[in-house]
Amino acid sequence: MKFDRRQLLGGGAIAAAGALTALNPHGNRALAQDSAAGSGMGHGMKGHGGGTSGATMRKGATVDHRANGFNPTDLLRDFDEGRTRRLASGRTLREWEIVAADKEIEIAPGIKYPAWTFNGRMPGPTLRGREGDRLRIRFVNGSAHPHTMHFHGIHPAEMDGVPEIGAGLIQPGKSTVYEFDAEPFGMHLYHCHAGPLAEHIARGMYGAFIVDPRQGREEADELVMMMNGFNTNFDAEGNQVYAVNSIAFHYVNEPIRVRQGELVRIYLANILEYDPINSFHLHGNFFDFFPTGTRLEPADFTDTIGMVQGQRGILEVRFPHKGLFMFHAHKTEFADLGWMGFFEVV
Amino acid sequence: MEASSRSQPQVEVSDAPRSRVPAWVLGAIPLALIVAALAALLSVGGDTLGERLGPPVEEIAVERTTLRSGEIELTVRNTGPDAVTVGQVFVNDTYVDYRTSGATIGRSATETFTLNYPWQADSPYLVTLVSATGATTEHEIPLAVATPSAGGGFYGLMALLGLYVGVIPVMLGMLFLPFLRRVREHWIRFFMAVTVGLLGFLALDAYLEGTEIAEAGTGAFGGAKLLFIGAGAAFLGLVALDRFLRARRARAREAGASGFQLSLLIAIGIGLHNLGEGLAIGSAYAIGELALGAFLVFGFALHNTTEGLAIVAPLSRHQRPALVRLVGLGLIAGAPAILGAFLGASVYNPELAALLIGVGIGAIIQVIVQLVPAIRDRAGRALQPASVAGILTGVAILYATGLLVSA
Repeated sequence: MKFDRRQLLGGGAIAAAGALTALNPHGNRALAQDSAAGSGMGHGMKGHGGGTSGATMRKGATVDHRANGFNPTDLLRDFDEGRTRRLASGRTLREWEIVAADKEIEIAPGIKYPAWTFNGRMPGPTLRGREGDRLRIRFVNGSAHPHTMHFHGIHPAEMDGVPEIGAGLIQPGKSTVYEFDAEPFGMHLYHCHAGPLAEHIARGMYGAFIVDPRQGREEADELVMMMNGFNTNFDAEGNQVYAVNSIAFHYVNEPIRVRQGELVRIYLANILEYDPINSFHLHGNFFDFFPTGTRLEPADFTDTIGMVQGQRGILEVRFPHKGLFMFHAHKTEFADLGWMGFFEVV
Repeated sequence: MEASSRSQPQVEVSDAPRSRVPAWVLGAIPLALIVAALAALLSVGGDTLGERLGPPVEEIAVERTTLRSGEIELTVRNTGPDAVTVGQVFVNDTYVDYRTSGATIGRSATETFTLNYPWQADSPYLVTLVSATGATTEHEIPLAVATPSAGGGFYGLMALLGLYVGVIPVMLGMLFLPFLRRVREHWIRFFMAVTVGLLGFLALDAYLEGTEIAEAGTGAFGGAKLLFIGAGAAFLGLVALDRFLRARRARAREAGASGFQLSLLIAIGIGLHNLGEGLAIGSAYAIGELALGAFLVFGFALHNTTEGLAIVAPLSRHQRPALVRLVGLGLIAGAPAILGAFLGASVYNPELAALLIGVGIGAIIQVIVQLVPAIRDRAGRALQPASVAGILTGVAILYATGLLVSA
């Protein structure tokens, strides 16, 4: 999908929640969520936890998703395949325009974080192509700080998006174009590589970069989850808020609705800074795990996986039972500080 | 601007010699002008300087912690120049639900946050308040113990504690009076010097403890400065009291301080000191840091017995005092420990404690000044071998007995 830069920089409500869910380029049978942009809680759990029931933010307090410009429920199934065009060679060219912008994001009810974003959201848009496609990303720096876009994948050195190589740092108001082939297939990342690196990543400058295998994957309800955190006091020692897709306890307040027996595919990455490791644990179910998504055979059948910084993979699961199933970091400190959610199997 | 242009003619009036304007008018005019100028500055002056450099300063501190079953109640004071909004709170790295009447704390104001958290007795906790801007303020609970509720049993316990550590030891020490009345003059000087040593050590001890307590507070009311304010006020107050009593006695044709008057002043000084000591004991009890039991009572008894000795030392060469007067002296010196224990365990506030400990220090210093004439030898020297030996003995006694109590 295309973002209007003017709207972006104006901080307008660019990501009207319903519009994002409607734009599901894979045509998956995505389940319509009760979009709760601006209204706080959705259906399901009205704020789980409290006291011996476990961690929770202050009851009744909500995040203003409309002011943030995005709702994490909508980010889950929001895949951006770019504008496509067939080249003379027969290959597909995919083009995106990505704009860096500084923006205050309410990451937990009542806590605002001065984020640096790609396209005004955290994580940035999920860029998706197919193995062998030609990818062209025009990067416009609308932020007050120099940035880059560094993609994980196989590409020429000058397209690596690091300072002093190729286009190097992109200064405020400037732009560049990164162009390379989509390889290898798998679940990858892109992030800013300007220095100080930890801060540029921690501030929110990252997103998922998915390359589908040439032959495609089995149809599934696909979800993107970026495990992240926020060092709100900027002491560079751990984080005060942890989450998947930026908003603490969001999927507790709005459980992710999936269908019983249907294949659910989760593109999972750990983009956490200031903590060396993160993990993902699913209750009451087991999943196939494909490390980095670069092989079609699962490497593990488990309910818990650990990931270091920048590690990612693909999870495939079918939920045999209806009901609410918790998922969270099994580094429980992170879970208690916001990285916790529910699947609602219907 | 307006105010300064108007003040000009008034200066000329006041400069004019032999003005017929009444003095109070001359005093009232500058006062009125100052009020007007300050009001003008308050309303418009700030705008002329613009905003501060940098983000707002967020300084908040927990002033009081109350632990109830499943709940931690924090009284949070804003000690900085800007309003602070608390966004969320976590305890030991777990976000918690909480109740508050208003998350935004105005300058110098306080707000109460009641956290729903299943704390366990005897465990340490670290509470982190996350502000709306993400700034964090940590508050340590070294050891969680249910805060005693202020019922009849609680007040009974505090009264007993004050009685054990204050009244009883002081009165026991006063039992030395008959002995002191029989010993020779130079031994009296020696015991007076012991008292000076005791008191000097108490003052030093209280100063160190008071500084520590003041630093643990929020600093909103001046922190360690309160120690000096309390000390100064007590010292000057007791000097004034002493002068008043002397003047009265001078009219009654008696010269110099009588033994009883000196004892009374010492008792008042020690009483003010014991107020602070009771406060420390009561607050230590309330936060579960006080190991109650025989050892505490024994330690304090030994420690404070010496205070009784100090009170009766000036009475050794004077007319035998009535028993009721002696009991009165003992109560003046010891009973404030009971009041202190009440205060410490119920409305404890580090800065109130610092102020009261300061009061004790000032009182002790004043008593030392009072005692100096009593340790002079016939040549008029205050520091002679016997008095120095006495002072060092006093210091040694308190040092040694102080090791027995840790409150």
